[in-house]
Amino acid sequence: MSKSLDLGGAVSRRAVLIGMAGAAGAMALPEIAFAADYPPLGTFPAGQAGDSVFVGIDVPLTGTYAAAGADEQKGIELAIEHLNSGDDLIKAISPKTTKGVLGKTVTSSAADEAAKADIAVQNATKFVQDNKASLLIGSVSSGTAVALNHFAQDQKVIYLPGISGSNDTTGKDCTRYSFRSCFYAYSTSAALAPVLIDKLGKTRKAAYLTPDYTYGHTVYDSMTKFTEAGGWTTVTNQLFPLGATDYSAYALNIANSGADTLVVIGFGNDAVNSIKQAKQFGLLDKMTLVVPYMSPYLVQQVGQDLMAGVYAGLDFYWDIGDKFPLAKQFVDKFEAKYGAKPEWGAHAGYLQIALWADAVETAGTFYPPEVIKAYESGKKYADSTVGPISWRAADHQLIRPVIVVQGKKTADMKGKDDFYSVVEVVPGDGIMQDPKAFGCMLGEAT
Amino acid sequence: MLNWGNFVSQLFNGLVSGALLALISAGLTIVYGTLGVLNLAHGALFMLGGYAGFVAYQATGSFVVAVVVGALFVGLVGVVLERLIVRFFYARPEEDQILVTFGVGIVIVELVRYGFGSLSQSVQAPVLVSPIVNLGFAIYPEYRLLAFAIVAVALAILYFVLYRTRLGMVVRAGIEDSQMVDMLGINVQRIFMLVFGIGAMAAGFAGIINAPIISVTPNVGDDILIECFVVVVIGGVGSFPGAIVGGIIAGEIMSLTSMFNPQLSQVMLFAAMTLVLVTRPQGLFGTR
Repeated sequence: MSKSLDLGGAVSRRAVLIGMAGAAGAMALPEIAFAADYPPLGTFPAGQAGDSVFVGIDVPLTGTYAAAGADEQKGIELAIEHLNSGDDLIKAISPKTTKGVLGKTVTSSAADEAAKADIAVQNATKFVQDNKASLLIGSVSSGTAVALNHFAQDQKVIYLPGISGSNDTTGKDCTRYSFRSCFYAYSTSAALAPVLIDKLGKTRKAAYLTPDYTYGHTVYDSMTKFTEAGGWTTVTNQLFPLGATDYSAYALNIANSGADTLVVIGFGNDAVNSIKQAKQFGLLDKMTLVVPYMSPYLVQQVGQDLMAGVYAGLDFYWDIGDKFPLAKQFVDKFEAKYGAKPEWGAHAGYLQIALWADAVETAGTFYPPEVIKAYESGKKYADSTVGPISWRAADHQLIRPVIVVQGKKTADMKGKDDFYSVVEVVPGDGIMQDPKAFGCMLGEAT
Repeated sequence: MLNWGNFVSQLFNGLVSGALLALISAGLTIVYGTLGVLNLAHGALFMLGGYAGFVAYQATGSFVVAVVVGALFVGLVGVVLERLIVRFFYARPEEDQILVTFGVGIVIVELVRYGFGSLSQSVQAPVLVSPIVNLGFAIYPEYRLLAFAIVAVALAILYFVLYRTRLGMVVRAGIEDSQMVDMLGINVQRIFMLVFGIGAMAAGFAGIINAPIISVTPNVGDDILIECFVVVVIGGVGSFPGAIVGGIIAGEIMSLTSMFNPQLSQVMLFAAMTLVLVTRPQGLFGTR
């Protein structure tokens, strides 16, 4: 001390400056050390450098699945709006949320993937390269979902399928970077089959109308597995290409198959066309219709008459608010913004964003491996829009209920949207396969 | 489902669904054959016919009015498109024609989506006796039988116009040598406009005739257009009889294959197209 005094003002000032720099360095140190723990990975940290983070919404807005895609986009955008405003509903699922995610405003943009895997990957590439997306979300076709699963793993950017019914999405095509919240082939079949066998009898002969890709194949596999175990026989499986318009040849084959039950696996317009044409060919007059994985807007398009009495599996239905108050809140807020009830794709989109926000807030960083760790922690959400849920770490599938519904008769409807009566809300734990059963190998986080 | 009863039903069904395909393909092939323009907006015009008919049906509840409005409206749209856009492309390379009609198709589809949304719309099939009839060998929708009859008549009228009238003669002469036809004092430009309008009208007509069978959505023409191309290639590009025979062949291939293996029915359709391209590149009825 005395020495520096002896050396005079200039040196003293220098010492002070060095000291200040040192102090500043020391103050900055924890932050530097913090960042140093997380090397750049995917769009981290470039995507979070500003005061906002970008979410790329990749949904079909044209083609067979367009209506479901548009609905899903609405749910996603409502969730983002709720994140940025710090809405109570999103806080109920992501309690650490204040406004935005980790204090950053969430921005988004949507691109049309037309239910085609190549376009979905092109869109996602643009979102990652141009927008440095922190999150990719959206699908209606499992064909696009599994493609984006692998894209996400390659790019090290988290991806959340919206609607995806194939077992493969969290089965053989699962990846470390993808998390699916919606119900799927196996879970809906496990939930629906006991109801079908109980209500329709054990000696049914079933004919299937199945879209020829991963979703159709796995729903067919799971439905036949569970119904055949209950005594049903499968008499024919008519595979049609996605987006088919003429079902006459399939309808005639089914008419000649001796079936008494028609299981329609088609989704979107495929479901609408196949059910309408089944009616035109007289199949529905002598067969019971079953829809294991029901498409959004199905009843609005084929008419209540054709759906009366039909058993179906759903991910979410607006009228479960008496069981789950958060569901009611979601439906009310959605309706206030868009002027119509949400379909289940909108709900899937909303829930996915809310659960992602919770994972990021819990991790305290956008660094993907830490976010993945938060997802995989096995946290039990005591309440959500569909009751208690939790992520299964082994295959990144949300453990969540399946809602079994039955179409109402027109005369029994209490309002224009009162399409179904809820037969049962089947809890998720009992209707899932062993996580390794469909060959899931998650891959590395880094 | 391989049994005698099903075979007969599928054979019959192939004929009926093939006739519907033939009608849609006819408009495409007429325009190509006379104007040399491969109209990629044809699927969109097909869709537009369904929507125009749907609107008319909603307003009047009459299927006949829906058919007339659907066909005339799309015919008018065709004439307007020809005057405003397509006529400037007759002398330009085929790539330009393909691109411009493809673009026009996208614009039409998205305008309809903007107005009506992506949810499908329904047009109720008219019922003469009963919605479902028992043919003995099959239970069949009455409307498909009716549509078959309507299509047969429509195709016969088109054939008559093209091959048995003065207009048809001028059109066919115009293809051979438009300059000479012009020199003879005939307004070729007006004839071309009419032909494009007739092609569009055929698409619109097919759109509303198909509306009660398949749901009307903005993208309904996309997949149909692909099948039309197969039909036209099999039958011979630009050949009107080729479109009819090609349509029926396509219908039969898809129906009959589905008996053995439904998964292969589309594959077989493209396999047939490949076979035709290899053995007779101009198509069954093609002359070029």
